[in-house]
Amino acid sequence: MNRSLVSTSARLPHEHPPDERAKVLEVNHLDVSYRVRDRERLAVRDVSFEIGRQESFGLVGESGCGKSTTALAVTRYLPSNGRISSGGVKVNGHDLTSMDKASLRRLRARTVSMVYQEPMKALNPSIRIGRQLSEVYEIIGLKRAEALERAEAMLRNVQISDPGLVMRRYPHQLSGGMQQRVIIAMALASEPSLLILDEPTTALDATVEAEVLDLVALLRQEFQTAVLFISHNLAVIAKMCDRVGVMYAGELVEEGPAEQVFEDPRHPYTVGLLRCVPQRGQRKDHGRLDTIPGFLPGPGQVPRGCVFAQRCSLADERCVSEAPPMYEVTPLRSSRCHYHEDAPRVPRSTPADVQLPESGELDRAEAPVIRLRGVSKTFKVRGESVRAVSDIDLDLRLGETLGLVGESGCGKSTLARVLLGLTPPDEGSVIELDGLPLAGRCSERDREQLQAIQIIFQNPDSALNRRHSVRHIVTRALRKLAGLSGDACETRLVEVVRSVRLEESHLALRPRHLSGGLKQRVAIARAFAGSPRVLVCDEPTSALDVSVQAAILNLLADLQSRERVTYVFISHDLGVVRYLSDRIAVLYLGKVMEYGPAETVFAGPHHPYTEGLLSALPNLDGVQGERVKLEGELPSAAHPPAGCVFHTRCPRRLSSGVCESSEPPLVEVEPDHMMRCHIPITELRRLQGKEPSGQEEAQRTSAAT
Amino acid sequence: MTADSDLTAALVGAKAESASVEAGAMTDVLDRAPFVVVSSSGAQDLSPRRIRAEQLRQLVHSKAFIVGALILLWWIVCAIFGTLFVPYNPLSQSLLNVNAAPSAAHWFGTDSLGRDVFSRVIVGARDILEIAPLATLVGTAVGTAIGLAQGYFRGAFDMLVGRLVDALLALPTVIVAFLFIVAVGANTLTLVIVIGFTFAFIIARTVRTAVLQERELDYIAAARLRNENAFHIMFVEVLPNVLGPIIVEFTVRLGYAIFTIATLSFLGFGVQPPTPDWGATVASNYQYLAAGYWWQTLFPALAIASLVVAINLVGDSMEAALLQ
Repeated sequence: MNRSLVSTSARLPHEHPPDERAKVLEVNHLDVSYRVRDRERLAVRDVSFEIGRQESFGLVGESGCGKSTTALAVTRYLPSNGRISSGGVKVNGHDLTSMDKASLRRLRARTVSMVYQEPMKALNPSIRIGRQLSEVYEIIGLKRAEALERAEAMLRNVQISDPGLVMRRYPHQLSGGMQQRVIIAMALASEPSLLILDEPTTALDATVEAEVLDLVALLRQEFQTAVLFISHNLAVIAKMCDRVGVMYAGELVEEGPAEQVFEDPRHPYTVGLLRCVPQRGQRKDHGRLDTIPGFLPGPGQVPRGCVFAQRCSLADERCVSEAPPMYEVTPLRSSRCHYHEDAPRVPRSTPADVQLPESGELDRAEAPVIRLRGVSKTFKVRGESVRAVSDIDLDLRLGETLGLVGESGCGKSTLARVLLGLTPPDEGSVIELDGLPLAGRCSERDREQLQAIQIIFQNPDSALNRRHSVRHIVTRALRKLAGLSGDACETRLVEVVRSVRLEESHLALRPRHLSGGLKQRVAIARAFAGSPRVLVCDEPTSALDVSVQAAILNLLADLQSRERVTYVFISHDLGVVRYLSDRIAVLYLGKVMEYGPAETVFAGPHHPYTEGLLSALPNLDGVQGERVKLEGELPSAAHPPAGCVFHTRCPRRLSSGVCESSEPPLVEVEPDHMMRCHIPITELRRLQGKEPSGQEEAQRTSAAT
Repeated sequence: MTADSDLTAALVGAKAESASVEAGAMTDVLDRAPFVVVSSSGAQDLSPRRIRAEQLRQLVHSKAFIVGALILLWWIVCAIFGTLFVPYNPLSQSLLNVNAAPSAAHWFGTDSLGRDVFSRVIVGARDILEIAPLATLVGTAVGTAIGLAQGYFRGAFDMLVGRLVDALLALPTVIVAFLFIVAVGANTLTLVIVIGFTFAFIIARTVRTAVLQERELDYIAAARLRNENAFHIMFVEVLPNVLGPIIVEFTVRLGYAIFTIATLSFLGFGVQPPTPDWGATVASNYQYLAAGYWWQTLFPALAIASLVVAINLVGDSMEAALLQ
């Protein structure tokens, strides 16, 4: 891996010789507009920033804030209806806006590379990886044989262990993480001065994301490339970037060194964004998350004053009437806010108070609402049986949240579908509701049983019938599940809609007229219509922006404490799971690896798999522990490894060989904490540096009793 | 917002369509936001009516639609009121004035029995514009029901109907219709049923494909979790979401129906003479082409062609407006 490329890179002819004094990228007062229905709409307004040699600059903001448009404008690769309406972009000192097609093409081939979110869409599905990658070298002017050789070396650079094999593969034969590595290899092949990464890891699992990010950081050093990194994820930007620009409604509202911006934000929007994310182990009973009220202004609507004034709790008349310039906060950073001095003290928009359930402590002895015993699900795929969920025992208690955690393909969604009766489980699986067995298919369950278990789906666009009005959607659920009709139904409809903080005026609308957050509220209203006892939340916020996510999480927490609903909360975002969950089950290849109270599971000692998941999580706290890497790829569920299913990727595999040969049972390693691992808990505690201090130990014993 | 395209693709020189894809995505983003803003203040003008108005606006702005709709309207007026404004009775023969070339008195000339070709073409619109839409309507209704059931139940039923459709598609519609008419006898009802029946299976195939995509969506799972019955799921949940392709299929099939009826009439198995149907008129006059009496065949043939083209123009523009 540590091969130097300096000698080879010297041979690559550069059309635009990098001027050592010039910045890699200079964006000056950039305006970009899109022509929609014969009207020009400004999507990016007056954006200026610079990226120096080998610097990494992050653009962060919610969807629709113009970050991708900025990236496209930087390469002049806007769609046909978009154009740079004023301002300038310079790459290595060369003005991009006045460039002709041929030099633009050369610039894109040599100087600037881009990596997008969906690796599958960026690769040609019918060309082998080797050919696709070597083509990039041929365009630069290398002979075919040499190009192939360089391609193979490049694949080794992006840490693909068997490049020869991968070169002969087609894109669909590679996992998402491998595909993204290939894309990064292609992007770096020309040794560009600027690499633009537009949400490069958003479509990937947290563990894969962590590896790709590590790789990008490493290659940036090696190739001495400047990076423009675009993401909605504040933690990822904080981890990857030297400097950061926060965008809102097409404007750059704050800019400065990443550490300072995230530690001490000076724009109310940045402050709001940071408060929306559950941080530092924040939990639902510690307080509600802060939110950003209101909505993004529509594109083309240019307010006279500050773009954020409508949603800002600091805003006064000056903000509405006078657009703030980019104030220099310190020589290194600037903020587009009249009151940037006061920004860190923005009052909360949502009070933090929590209504705790009256009973306070949940009664441990209470019989569980749902009991799962030996639940398995085997799919037949092309004659092979794939065990998606394997022999799971779990209890759901009233008013508690069970967090299901694991990488994609670990069986968490299948388990949820089995519970709901959408996917019938294998023979012998037992699902009990209040001690009575439930049929495997929802069509065989009676109304009360259906009413008891409902779901909030991940994607409201798919979950809501787009031809039905909000009124129809919620009313139908009230009729069928709650058995209401007439006036009673109408009264309850208004009640339910208000409880999810929608207005009655929304009732007449169809889903397409609503924003993502409002749509998800409709889905929640439908799920709550029948007053369920158990609600499965399948990644309910992963399609939403962080400010909207905070509002939805608050809503879920409020509804739970008011109605004592039990949640099964599925998410890949461990921060979100931690915020909402009382108990956590960590799944791997359809098996429970660790199960216990949320605090215990997060505090450790962890199962090595949980340890890997937690370590992959980028955080904003600035303290990044030693990375525990999970090696290799998720094995196929059709051929799970012998012994412990996790041994192929386990960083703490025992040298005695017991992990390969025999499967550890799920046992209680400490009170109420189950784990499936051969390594004794004392040893795990020592390895993970979690020697309990006297205080912690005392806490734990008091919690257990 | 995700950008669908990729610069690496551009370097490799395969950039062709990505820009337009992106433009689409961009329009979507831009379209969505204004609604969001308005919905915070109130719900005055975001009714589905506004979207329909937008679709209508787009249709009216399309030249193809205007031309097609005008031609279609003309033939509909002819079919309904034609008898009121034709210069001659289309059935009255004038043996003193047979095979007259087009003139001021007889714009399209006269046929071998001295009947006015112009009047016959005008009135001839009636039968075809009665049978074709009826047949297509029957076909669409039955086809939609079959397609919904196929897509929703899948399994053996889907297999069986699927193979039946394959078998039917192997034979030209005209041959199938031909067989039925020989067995049952030619009349309007038979034509409607026979054409409707053969179209139904073709339409079912389109509907089935659309339903298969829909049934994977979570709102179907949500309906199952409310214990909705199959009928409700198919007709209340799924049907409104697959109406677009069904309407498009209707217009396309309407064009084919006109063609099929004209062909059957030409072969003598459709509308029977002396009714001035276009297909039948072409059939009874084409033998005189060799004698130089071209007007007797050309004008009814042009009428058929213009109607089919008009329907296709309307259909294509509706497809563009509805399925974007």
